[in-house]
Amino acid sequence: MKKIILALATSAAVLGFAAAASAQDKTKICFIYVGSKTDGGWTQAHDIGRQELQTHFGDKIETPFLENVPEGPDAERAIERMARSGCALVFTTSFGFMDATIKVAEKFPDVKFEHATGFKSGPNVATYNSRFYEGRYIQGLIAAKMSEKGVAGYIASFPIPEVVMGINAFVHGAQSINPDFKVKVIWANTWFDPGKEADAAKALIDQGVDILTQHTDTTAPMQVASERGIKAFGQASDMIAAGPNTQLTAIVDTWGAYYIKRTQAVLDGTWKSEQVWDGLKDGILTMAPYTNMPDDVKTLAEEAEAKIRSGELHPFTGPIKKQDGSDWLAEGAVSDDGTLLGMNFYIAGVDDQLPK
Amino acid sequence: MGIIEAILLTVITAATPLVLASLGELVSERAGVLNLGVEGMMVMGAVLAFAVTQATGSPYIGVLAGIACGALFSLLFGFLTLTLVANQVATGLALTILGLGISGQIGEPYVGMSGIKLQPIAVPLLSDIPFLGPLLFRQDIIFYLSIALVFGLNWFLFRSRAGLKVRAIGDSHASAHALGIHVIRTRYLAVMFGGACAGLAGAQLSLVYTPQWVENMSAGRGWIALALVVFASWRPWRLLAGGYLFGAVSISQLHAQALGIGIPSQFLSALPYIATVVVLILISHNRRMTLINTPASLGKPFVPDR
Repeated sequence: MKKIILALATSAAVLGFAAAASAQDKTKICFIYVGSKTDGGWTQAHDIGRQELQTHFGDKIETPFLENVPEGPDAERAIERMARSGCALVFTTSFGFMDATIKVAEKFPDVKFEHATGFKSGPNVATYNSRFYEGRYIQGLIAAKMSEKGVAGYIASFPIPEVVMGINAFVHGAQSINPDFKVKVIWANTWFDPGKEADAAKALIDQGVDILTQHTDTTAPMQVASERGIKAFGQASDMIAAGPNTQLTAIVDTWGAYYIKRTQAVLDGTWKSEQVWDGLKDGILTMAPYTNMPDDVKTLAEEAEAKIRSGELHPFTGPIKKQDGSDWLAEGAVSDDGTLLGMNFYIAGVDDQLPK
Repeated sequence: MGIIEAILLTVITAATPLVLASLGELVSERAGVLNLGVEGMMVMGAVLAFAVTQATGSPYIGVLAGIACGALFSLLFGFLTLTLVANQVATGLALTILGLGISGQIGEPYVGMSGIKLQPIAVPLLSDIPFLGPLLFRQDIIFYLSIALVFGLNWFLFRSRAGLKVRAIGDSHASAHALGIHVIRTRYLAVMFGGACAGLAGAQLSLVYTPQWVENMSAGRGWIALALVVFASWRPWRLLAGGYLFGAVSISQLHAQALGIGIPSQFLSALPYIATVVVLILISHNRRMTLINTPASLGKPFVPDR
């Protein structure tokens, strides 16, 4: 009897080791999401990137993820759980995870972290972000060409630099075509509330805008625009399904290539903490097909996109004045990244007061 | 269409789900049951209404599915709190969390699909009245139902014998039991009515308000509905007024922003909640009146002696 038990125990132990070994063979690349992986916008774009990563490396890696992690004290626990579970690299995919990521990274110096859209980094914390404003500038050009009334509506989420930068880029683009172009801004003070976003869209349309753009996460504004027969721009994911005759183009986040590149670096042992801010030219950001517009507008948009890609055109090129009338950029000057990442002012021409 | 008319139309769409969900909760609380699961029942109604509409092509069947789903889901709450006498607050919270989770799971294949909108029905003659016609008589069936329910419940609770029994149970379940009223059975019905109304409110979200499905699409409206019941001191008419006041303030703050009035948007976003707090302070000013209106057995478990 004793022998049998011993034999069983030994084989169990061997099996256990084998299982552990095979788990160790696979490198764990982990993801923390702020929303649901099927939100149709921001988080879905990250999850598509994760799936591309998994397909690219196949059996070599595992890609566990945690969804609906609230920004706040819970985030730290969730990230720590991932780090403890043996992840080699953890992607934390929302601005609000910044401080939690830094804290956990200090406790786990051997685990590597990558935080999306933030500005704090460390020896084992890299940051990555996308130059969304390049897409918004192109949207501004299209809006100025397509709007008959010369007024666009902008549904914004929170007054953080990322969003303010987007509004400025849009306005600057539009006013480079039509200097009198106006933008009405509504701050929804939420990333995600389809009802409220729809209400904001209705309010803007009732007040006479005939182009709609959004920096919130659901397709509700697109749907309202479609119902009321005006044109709109999609956000984070291609929203053409919500408005086949409405969407002009959309800013589409494509994180896959970046995730593959960074994972390769971890596998090769060449990973370094970096601050990456890529744009259209790196393919981290793409424009959905230009639809529902005449050919000349489409050509204009494509040309602008090509110029931004080649580096010939920077959306924030002077002369640009601030809203209060003071000078920001002189003729031909180009904004530095630091100013953009901390942007807390409107440029001249924005018809709104920036919430403080 | 004038701007005032446009604003009012948006207000009606925004207020209807609040009125419906809180009407259901009002009946449940009048019978003495505090169900904090409104948000969960609402979001379950929304996902089922959307899914069934996609499957059948008829939003009307979708509405029925939403109602049935809300009622069935609330049965779970009823079983736990009425039969097993579990704590109502904890069970209600659990129901909300469960509803948000299950609905996300059920709804996964429907994310990103464009929905079928429940079309308005024009009431003959009345819809031709200038101004009021398009506002009140060219609406969808759910809006008509919400108004009919306010009238109906006001009559039921304060004019009918059955309504008197419901209120008696809410005020003192022991006395009602002694009088031979079926406390548990009535409470089951009240809870299911609450679930059905929350389910209908959910159907309004996914078929009228924004005809699509996204996870957590109720976005806290169930909690506002709960607050509205207290706000209305458990009376259907005040509830209607409260729901529309809340809707009106939330929509006008968006218009104020679009006009560029220059008031901080964070303050404007908080305005509906500030209004709720102010009214709550005003109505609870007179403590005796508040006590008279509050169902005395609210939230208390009842175990019949055998």
